[in-house]
Amino acid sequence: MAALTFDSLRHDRRTAIAAAVGIGIVLAVFPFIVGTTLGNSWLRILDFALLYIMLALGLNIVVGFAGLLDMGYIAFYAVGAYLYALLASPHFGLHLPVWAIIPLGAVLAGIAGALLGAPTLRLRGDYLAIVTLGFGEIVRIFMNNLNAPINITNGPQGISSIDPIHLGGITLAKPLTVAGITVPSLHAYYYLFLALALLIIFVSLRLEDSRIGRAWVAIREDEIAAKACGINTRNIKLLAFTMGASFGGVAGGLFAGFQGFVSPESFNLMESVMVLCMVVLGGMGHIPGVILGGVMLTILPEFFRHSAGPMQLAVFGKIILDPEALRMLLFGLALVAVMLYRPAGLWPSTIRRREFRNGSTADVLKEGE
Amino acid sequence: MDIFIQQIINGLVLGSIYALVALGYTMVYGIMGLINFAHGEVVMIGAMVALFVIKALPGLPAIVLVPLALVCAAIVCMTIGFAIERIAYRPLRRAPKLAPLITAIGVSIILQNLAMLIWGRNYHAFPPILPSGEHDVFGATITSLQIVIIVVAGLMMGGLTLLIRRTRLGRAMRATSENPPIAQLMGVNINQIISATFVIGSALAAVAGLMVSANYSIAHYYMGFMLGLKAFTAAVLGGIGNLAGAMLGGLLLGVIESLGAGYIGDLTGGFLGSHYQDIFAFFVLIGVLIFRPSGLIGERVAERA
Repeated sequence: MAALTFDSLRHDRRTAIAAAVGIGIVLAVFPFIVGTTLGNSWLRILDFALLYIMLALGLNIVVGFAGLLDMGYIAFYAVGAYLYALLASPHFGLHLPVWAIIPLGAVLAGIAGALLGAPTLRLRGDYLAIVTLGFGEIVRIFMNNLNAPINITNGPQGISSIDPIHLGGITLAKPLTVAGITVPSLHAYYYLFLALALLIIFVSLRLEDSRIGRAWVAIREDEIAAKACGINTRNIKLLAFTMGASFGGVAGGLFAGFQGFVSPESFNLMESVMVLCMVVLGGMGHIPGVILGGVMLTILPEFFRHSAGPMQLAVFGKIILDPEALRMLLFGLALVAVMLYRPAGLWPSTIRRREFRNGSTADVLKEGE
Repeated sequence: MDIFIQQIINGLVLGSIYALVALGYTMVYGIMGLINFAHGEVVMIGAMVALFVIKALPGLPAIVLVPLALVCAAIVCMTIGFAIERIAYRPLRRAPKLAPLITAIGVSIILQNLAMLIWGRNYHAFPPILPSGEHDVFGATITSLQIVIIVVAGLMMGGLTLLIRRTRLGRAMRATSENPPIAQLMGVNINQIISATFVIGSALAAVAGLMVSANYSIAHYYMGFMLGLKAFTAAVLGGIGNLAGAMLGGLLLGVIESLGAGYIGDLTGGFLGSHYQDIFAFFVLIGVLIFRPSGLIGERVAERA
């Protein structure tokens, strides 16, 4: 019996390693497949999908784990992006290296998260939602207007010609040649983003099963009971805001380096809402679900963008409806349809799925007995 | 001093519009505990329909045309409000709390882009058919239109209060908001009541839509977004779920905003200009919620699981 268990365990590990290697190879060659079959525009979208995965995982800590509805999350992305833009562009004549800025962005966004968290600790549910939303708007309005009397953010024009991400002497803006293989710029960004996204996924997974992660879930399920169990709810909630925000700060810095341009336009409420949709639509609190949500909601609007015009041409012979409006219309319909058919998200965790079927956590516990 | 009074007047006009929209948010929230994110877009649709009815019938006198436009807008908005609840919210009543929030966002995106498809991306000017008289009040001016807006908004709010306090429907609504299952046991058809709530809220939104487009003499497919946000802020400021709170919050927010826009430059020695107007609303909101976490006159809900 023991031998059998050991055997199957070893077998499991072998399949796990095989699966990991397989996924690794797919992820490594993926940009080349996309680049050659679909072209560079889709490669850019792929890079953005990775950025959005990072954002969605950051927000997942706040909304998914700790159950705090944050509707101004994009503000932390903005903090990271503007920090990179200010410290690595001709705007102030500063050109700090990326390895200095990104961690600084994470720290600064984390501090912003704690600053937002502190006054909102007493608020519950929807009151928290509106305050975080207001916070996001305040950050955006300041970025829009801090060009006078001292020009810090360059106002609505934004900051342009930001340094591309460069490590040591290597810049990601030009094709790289590594060991005889030439890697185009978009591919290089893909690998960098992938590495950081994997790091964030790893951190998220480890957090989920840690003492802190369990404390977050306890607060989400019942804050008073969590407090009664000896959880310091104040610190744990602040920690959720801080950690979530720091992920956003990292993603923001990468965005600024990748895009080469930031303006307040990129950080409006709709972006916060999009990231929230990724988390909820994917499956709140379930990391694979959130990743799926991030990928889906990045690709879907782009897919509609590329198909809204040609589809009309094919069906009617001419463009009848404004493709831009049509694309968002279809996107809205998709959001509603997915939520109606899968109210717990596309890929919810098993516990949540059972919970939803049975109505309450108590029933789930009974079922488990 | 007259500038001060002028800002107060402008604020009251803006505030009464906010209050009407905020009532729609707060009624739905009171009954279902749901942020109806699409409400701002319903206001926009109301404004657009009213404006295009007025444009389509140029010959008629304003006294006929405006009520007609209002009725058309109200009918369209009420239908949309009813449909939104049926399609996007009712199937999700037992779903996790955030699911209807996402469908609300989806509906809001749909309505906005539908409006863009129908009416285009341009700003539409409101036809100059409304009375344009000006009156002197303590050295400030108030236009006839502004008086009409304040009076009509006041009448609507009074009417709604009577409806909720005095009628059978109102009593059923209060019962449903207090405890839906028990209300149902007492013979209230809560599905009907919820539909009625959405329809009434949408009718108020249509009125507010006409007012806001007449006041700024402009309508735009994107106008519902910021307006909805402000109105929701107003509802939360007063204490969401509370009708009097929505009215108070709306008026207060309007006055604060217009005073803020008027005086922020002087207060900060020119450091911050009037384009920080929008920030005021949110700073006030955060300030109020820190000291009164359930709004100005919201009930203090006991913490419970």
